[in-house]
Amino acid sequence: MKYRFLILLSLFFIDPVAADVCATGDLGVVIEREPGNVLIINTTQHKQLGKIEKLGDLSHASVVFSRDQRYAYVFGRDGGLTKIDLLTDSVAKRILQAGNSIGGAISQDGKLIAVSNYTPGGVKIFSAESLEQIADIPAVYDDGKLSKVIGLVDAPGQRFVFSLFDAGEIWLLDMRTPAAPALQKFKNIGKQPYDALITPDGRFYIAGLFGESGLALLDLWSPESGVKKILPAYGQHDEKLPVYKMPHLEGWAIAGDYAFIPAVGRHEVLVITTDTWKLVKAIPVAGQPVFVMARPDGRQIWVNFAFPDNQQLQIIDAKDLTIENTLKPGKAVLHMEFTPRGEEVWVSLRDDNQVVIYDTATLAEVKRLPAQTPSGIFFSARAHKIGL
Amino acid sequence: MKIFILSAMLSSAVAAPPPEPARQQALRNLLKHDCGACHGLTLKGGLGPGLRPADLADKSNEFLTATILRGRPGTAMPPWNRFIDKSEAAWLVEILKNPQP
Repeated sequence: MKYRFLILLSLFFIDPVAADVCATGDLGVVIEREPGNVLIINTTQHKQLGKIEKLGDLSHASVVFSRDQRYAYVFGRDGGLTKIDLLTDSVAKRILQAGNSIGGAISQDGKLIAVSNYTPGGVKIFSAESLEQIADIPAVYDDGKLSKVIGLVDAPGQRFVFSLFDAGEIWLLDMRTPAAPALQKFKNIGKQPYDALITPDGRFYIAGLFGESGLALLDLWSPESGVKKILPAYGQHDEKLPVYKMPHLEGWAIAGDYAFIPAVGRHEVLVITTDTWKLVKAIPVAGQPVFVMARPDGRQIWVNFAFPDNQQLQIIDAKDLTIENTLKPGKAVLHMEFTPRGEEVWVSLRDDNQVVIYDTATLAEVKRLPAQTPSGIFFSARAHKIGL
Repeated sequence: MKIFILSAMLSSAVAAPPPEPARQQALRNLLKHDCGACHGLTLKGGLGPGLRPADLADKSNEFLTATILRGRPGTAMPPWNRFIDKSEAAWLVEILKNPQP
């Protein structure tokens, strides 16, 4: 590994083409789930620039970017935390920080990386520069049990927010003084929070609940008011449909005054107002929604689905809250990522071994790129967005 | 004659023929990626419990087959009987307990 890195470095310095000045604002990465590889891609040229191989178990891997957009931090399922240099196509640092890991976040100032773990349940904080451990926050509940941690996001004020799946708690971690992490716990927030998000302004943290209806809402402008339940009664007494893949709340689909979220156990996308958190409409869709993502201008909401409806994509028109179009891109649509201003979207097709790029205005296919069992797609524009 | 039929039925219930090769591959893909969404690509567990041989050692094949087919109410485990029949579920339990090296 070290040799390869040295060889790459020497190529980089010798080869005059590779040594050309290069920027990173239109770069991104695609996770190859089964082989555990990361593809480095360019969103302007629609092409693959490099491949970092064998980073362990990258099922459910997610990525954050350094604020200079040079480095991608990849959070692997097996606890691997890898810092990839997008300019040299190489691994800058790599550690194994836990046994079973689910996601991560980067701090407001870009200096801290937080990772949420299933085993051992908790959050660890690392230096973004060196990946040296700075803090360990075990998710202890009920006199010593450790909970799986989900829904970890960054929040303004050098804070991180996350939820405890087994304990039904939300924790707010203040890292302004790295040597003395300050923790505020909110208990009894609801059963089995399965994922969470933060609004793009960093104000509201919302955890979806699997074990009961509704969502848990924390207003970070007034945490002293505690966590409140929103949509508590929706679908409370209805039989739930089976969920073959957990929905994700990553990103926050917002358009005007509305937020769009996946229902759980119902084939619906819920539209709620962001001032009073009341349900406006439940839009029937093709299956159990997994990702519900707004195009950056908020005009379209793109939705993909759990097995067995995962060959489809539906596009909601945010103007009249109806399904504008249904696409069938291919087998096992896992993830989508919009270009920074939303003229195109990249979609991963796990079982077709392809990434397909669409023009979001015409819905015409722009290109298909080969990728081995692609899952997550992440563009470097995330570097400058709260909660991503 | 009656006894013979009964015993034949019993033995067929115990050892159903394995799925066709193409179906085996589809089931393995389902196991890796769709079951793996919760149980992990390497089946060491995620939001759902681990499914490695050691994790399953104290659970009967009948219990595990029924769990696949009917799910576990009160947990995130859904029923898979719309997509997998009983003999296929039994085969999946078999390969979970005795994975190929």
